[in-house]
Amino acid sequence: MKPLHDLVEKVKPHFEKGGRFEKFYRTFEAFETFLFVPGNVTRRGSHIRDAMDMKRTMVHVIIALMPALLFGIWNVGYQHYKATGVEAEFIDQVVYGLIQVLPIVVVSYISGLAIEFIFATIRNHEVNEGFLVSGMLIPLVIPASTPLWMVSVATIFAVIIGKEVFGGTGMNILNPALLARAFLFFAYPSYLSGEVWIAGTAEQLDGVSGATALAVLAIGEGEMPSALDMFLGTIPGSIGETSTVAILLGAIVLVATGVGSLRIMLSVVAGGLLMGGILNLVAVNEFMEIPPYYHLIMGGFAFGTVYMATDPVSASQTGVGKYIYGLLIGVLTVLIRVVNPAYPEGMMLAILFMNVFAPLIDHYVVQSHIKKRMKRMEKIPAKA
Amino acid sequence: MSENNSMPKENLLSPRNRKLLTDPLGKDNPINVQVLGICSVLAITVQLRTSLVMAISVVAVMGFANVIISLLRHTIPPRIRIIVQLTVIASLVILVDQILKAFVYDISRQLSVFVGLIITNCIIMGRLEAFALNNKVWPSFLDGIGNAAGYGWVLLAVGFFRELFGSGTLMGYSVIPQFMYDIGYEDNGLMILPPMALITVGIIIWVQRYKDRRLIDIS
Repeated sequence: MKPLHDLVEKVKPHFEKGGRFEKFYRTFEAFETFLFVPGNVTRRGSHIRDAMDMKRTMVHVIIALMPALLFGIWNVGYQHYKATGVEAEFIDQVVYGLIQVLPIVVVSYISGLAIEFIFATIRNHEVNEGFLVSGMLIPLVIPASTPLWMVSVATIFAVIIGKEVFGGTGMNILNPALLARAFLFFAYPSYLSGEVWIAGTAEQLDGVSGATALAVLAIGEGEMPSALDMFLGTIPGSIGETSTVAILLGAIVLVATGVGSLRIMLSVVAGGLLMGGILNLVAVNEFMEIPPYYHLIMGGFAFGTVYMATDPVSASQTGVGKYIYGLLIGVLTVLIRVVNPAYPEGMMLAILFMNVFAPLIDHYVVQSHIKKRMKRMEKIPAKA
Repeated sequence: MSENNSMPKENLLSPRNRKLLTDPLGKDNPINVQVLGICSVLAITVQLRTSLVMAISVVAVMGFANVIISLLRHTIPPRIRIIVQLTVIASLVILVDQILKAFVYDISRQLSVFVGLIITNCIIMGRLEAFALNNKVWPSFLDGIGNAAGYGWVLLAVGFFRELFGSGTLMGYSVIPQFMYDIGYEDNGLMILPPMALITVGIIIWVQRYKDRRLIDIS
């Protein structure tokens, strides 16, 4: 670590005011604080600084995403060889998965970070670390067969329209990663719906059905995977969202480090079960007949619950607000899934929708708190 | 704005009159700055051709409406002025509608109800009420043309981007070469949906305010 630190200190003067590369100070700063904890000292007001700054928070999320990513890489390979009917070793599956998934991750990071660095340089503010997570989330919520240029366009759109127009990380109304997916979903629908969930060329996959469990239910044909398969994740789907087990591991990391909100996760699950249960009682079609817990392990429900709904920026901030926010996400997701056959996956739309409502929920929660306290005040007899 | 009788002979294109024409194009744009007439921007900018026809129609209606109201400004009783304005606009819109039906029937069908809805375009009523009722004929005419043109260029800009990226065509001719599609390019389906018109207008506003910082505090 020492030589690296010396190197950073050595080139630092060139980037500071008056140096040769003054313009790129923000770029330099981003790398410096990435490598070392910044030595800033608070000069006024409270003198306590948490070592858990934004950069380290984001790193925790990345660690929490690792199980889903690693499982996703293997699953892409596994699904490909299963679909083509070729016997393959574990290592072959992982290699094929890597070939498919790594470029998507790289493209997502390069295009998003390029925009972040450009805006930081123009506006002369710190490079926002927020994209470290978004750049990893975007590849995990799209199918492995998505063309790379689409990934790039969607990422650029999400970073500019979702984040930079509002003022950068921490100011965004919507979750940028979900916005990228929504962009792809509406802009290039044929690449995000139907039988696109298994990577590979068309000739290889001729005659193989690659529909997800949700698509099977929505269209009404094809074979439903078993609950165990859906729980383990050995089913076709977006790269990171298939395995509920891997996502649960991530959830444990998020909750243990205090990064993700347990309240939101639990209330989303409760909302999904509630709505699933109600629709199950009515049960007028095949989709309504499935047991409520199926909703939790199908599609992007688990992934959205753990990584998307808990996004600290776009979620509700107040304690009670988090319960309402989460519950409504769960309810809406199942409602969209079951009632609207045009959108087999409701998680994305439900979270984006509730992102917009989160400030409103917070507002009313705070107002009701104030009202309650005012009432309590009135009850206390005024002392002379 | 009040009538100025002290200058009976003003140059037809004096600086003051020129401002009437050019302000609405930039710093007083009805869409970008005043945020009026947004509904029609969302509805008819899927293609450049419909945007163009709509822009021309609005220029015609607005120019004539401002002239007519300005001519009538001393005879209109203030209590019924809105009705009179509506009657004038409606007659002009019917005229435009008939002309479109006669000469460019297919475009008229694409624009469908939106030609009729020019009547409700808040920009036209706004300019009649705020300007033509109190000003002479020539400045009113310039004001009408200027505002309609300001509306028109935004319409054309949005239509240009939406048709180019949404359908890969311009004025109905395909401009994105076939080899682009062969190597995997796809038209952007989101561009055809109304939200993208809103986002495109938003980006135009963003760029405009970035260039002209004085606009930032206006709204």
